[in-house]
Amino acid sequence: MYQYDTYDQAMVDARVAEFRDQTQRRLDGQLSEAQFRPLRLMNGLYLQLHAYMLRVAVPYGTLSSKQMHMLAHIARQYDRDYGHFTTRQNIQYNWIKLADAPDILADLASVEMHAIQTSGNCIRNISSDQFAGVSADEIADPRPLAELLRQWSSFHPEFTYLPRKFKIAVIASQEDRAAMRLHDIGIELVKKDGEIGARVFVGGGMGRTPMVAPEIRAFVPFAEVVSYLEACLRVYNRHGRRDNKYKARIKILVHEMGREEYTRQVEEEFAHMKTLGLDPPLAELERIAAHFAPPPYETGLSDEIDLSDRDFAAWVSTQVKPHKVPGYAIVNISLKPIGGIPGDASSAQMDLMADLAEKYSFDELRVTHAQNIVLAHVKKADLYALWKALEEADLGTANLDLISDIIACPGLDYCSLANARSIPVAQKIAERFSDLGRQKELGELKLKISGCINACGHHHAGNIGILGVDRKGVENYQLLLGGSGAEDVSLGQITGPGFDENGIVDAVEKATNVYLANRTEGERFVDTFRRIGMAPFKEALYA
Amino acid sequence: MNILTGNDLATGDVIWWTGEGWSIHVNDAVDVGDKGAEIAQAESAARRVNEAYVIEGEKDNEGNVRPAHIKERIRALGPTVRLDLSLKPADPNAGNWVI
Repeated sequence: MYQYDTYDQAMVDARVAEFRDQTQRRLDGQLSEAQFRPLRLMNGLYLQLHAYMLRVAVPYGTLSSKQMHMLAHIARQYDRDYGHFTTRQNIQYNWIKLADAPDILADLASVEMHAIQTSGNCIRNISSDQFAGVSADEIADPRPLAELLRQWSSFHPEFTYLPRKFKIAVIASQEDRAAMRLHDIGIELVKKDGEIGARVFVGGGMGRTPMVAPEIRAFVPFAEVVSYLEACLRVYNRHGRRDNKYKARIKILVHEMGREEYTRQVEEEFAHMKTLGLDPPLAELERIAAHFAPPPYETGLSDEIDLSDRDFAAWVSTQVKPHKVPGYAIVNISLKPIGGIPGDASSAQMDLMADLAEKYSFDELRVTHAQNIVLAHVKKADLYALWKALEEADLGTANLDLISDIIACPGLDYCSLANARSIPVAQKIAERFSDLGRQKELGELKLKISGCINACGHHHAGNIGILGVDRKGVENYQLLLGGSGAEDVSLGQITGPGFDENGIVDAVEKATNVYLANRTEGERFVDTFRRIGMAPFKEALYA
Repeated sequence: MNILTGNDLATGDVIWWTGEGWSIHVNDAVDVGDKGAEIAQAESAARRVNEAYVIEGEKDNEGNVRPAHIKERIRALGPTVRLDLSLKPADPNAGNWVI
């Protein structure tokens, strides 16, 4: 894992001191709310539906046991004993007191964490593949580049006031586990003539105008990626609309300007940038990469797993994924117990996951954009003991990528922007499909729920997506089918008129019945939808 | 009726204007008529409330105050999915008040 150098630590510590002073001035009345609001937002502190909410950055979703313990401590000491892991691989606390915020940031800084740039029109937390460094199909570990981009984008003076917020994802596998092309900039590391570089996509996103990012360059040499992204951002900063918040994202610029013209301007800017010597020297890239060296894996381990315990076998079949090193496995911990709140974890659960990571996974955890946790380096011989410990803490649910592994935004239960509640709908759907056998019969089915058009719950990318809307003061839910955030990326299509809270659960069940009745051998839900189209689903839903 | 709400500056708690001060219970809210903006300005200046605004409220058959819109009812109660964290943790049916 990356560890702060003296510059990193000094910057974060200085920001804590600055925010402590700003907070005190607000409490003393020297700053009005209008003056203070942008300052607190720059430190991830929102005023939400019930209280202040703090969003803490987890760079590319990776954190150490020590950091996870600190997140648990903050939940216990300053909040109401839990936190919510988000679709940006971050964590949010819902019940923060303003006076406590500087102390919380100081506690975070003590373990090399912060909440900087988790709000505002700046470059947000860089997201990545939760299987980075351990997946057999990756061509390189994407985290060194993600870390380089974190350093480049942190406090970047030119990109502090962009037209709108800006999200970047980096992957290095053909299998996209990070919804890469639904980002403002998506980067896929690729190999060309033996050299590693970046395939760059610009102008994707969800929200009220969902778009899949088009490719604007097939290959940027690794050593020039920073200059190239700088060029992408400069063109956006120059031409992105600032007159209309809803047309300010880069996807609108690329769409309206046209991919060819946007690319032409980026290339022109890139040629200029390369003359400035902005890209870091090789030694710096190697310094960063050294932090992500593989842990000291044991050799000669067996790949055998005793599956005689049927419950354990069921968990292994869904939650355990192949690791590139013999004898090891990738473990996905579900934060989606049936009837639970997707992405929520209590302080005790966080502490337990941290302890288990320390004991079984080289002291490291990953947060996934699907709101689960990954232990990336577990010996197969330790899986049973790990599962038993998870089971006792309600962390042993076996539902990865099944219909109850639902992504859901906080919705109207917590969010002041939401129009409808997401969580109760997720809970009802999970309960309707609670039987694991039934879920497995349905196979891979990614269901995603947002409580408003801002799409924090990624409903556009759900095989089944649900969007909560306000219809004359009453919650109503639109159904979308056919979306995907993976390498076969697509945007979901709205089926037709919406449903009430119970009706949407029935509608989801009807959609799955259409799939079961029409699927052919080996087809997933999304495959069947693409083959047979919307008509059979509409017929079942609105007959 | 028009009721005035906001958040406590220091704690962030949702609070309601009672005519004399602020309460965390919406049932203590009074009709501010057309004085909401004026009260909000004075109370904000005194740092007794943050981000104050007026919403539409109504009274039920028993005379209890209830915000007209579901979003404000959830604000008034707490998350319907964590009633243990709401203002009525002992009432398993508290969520029905919201819907």
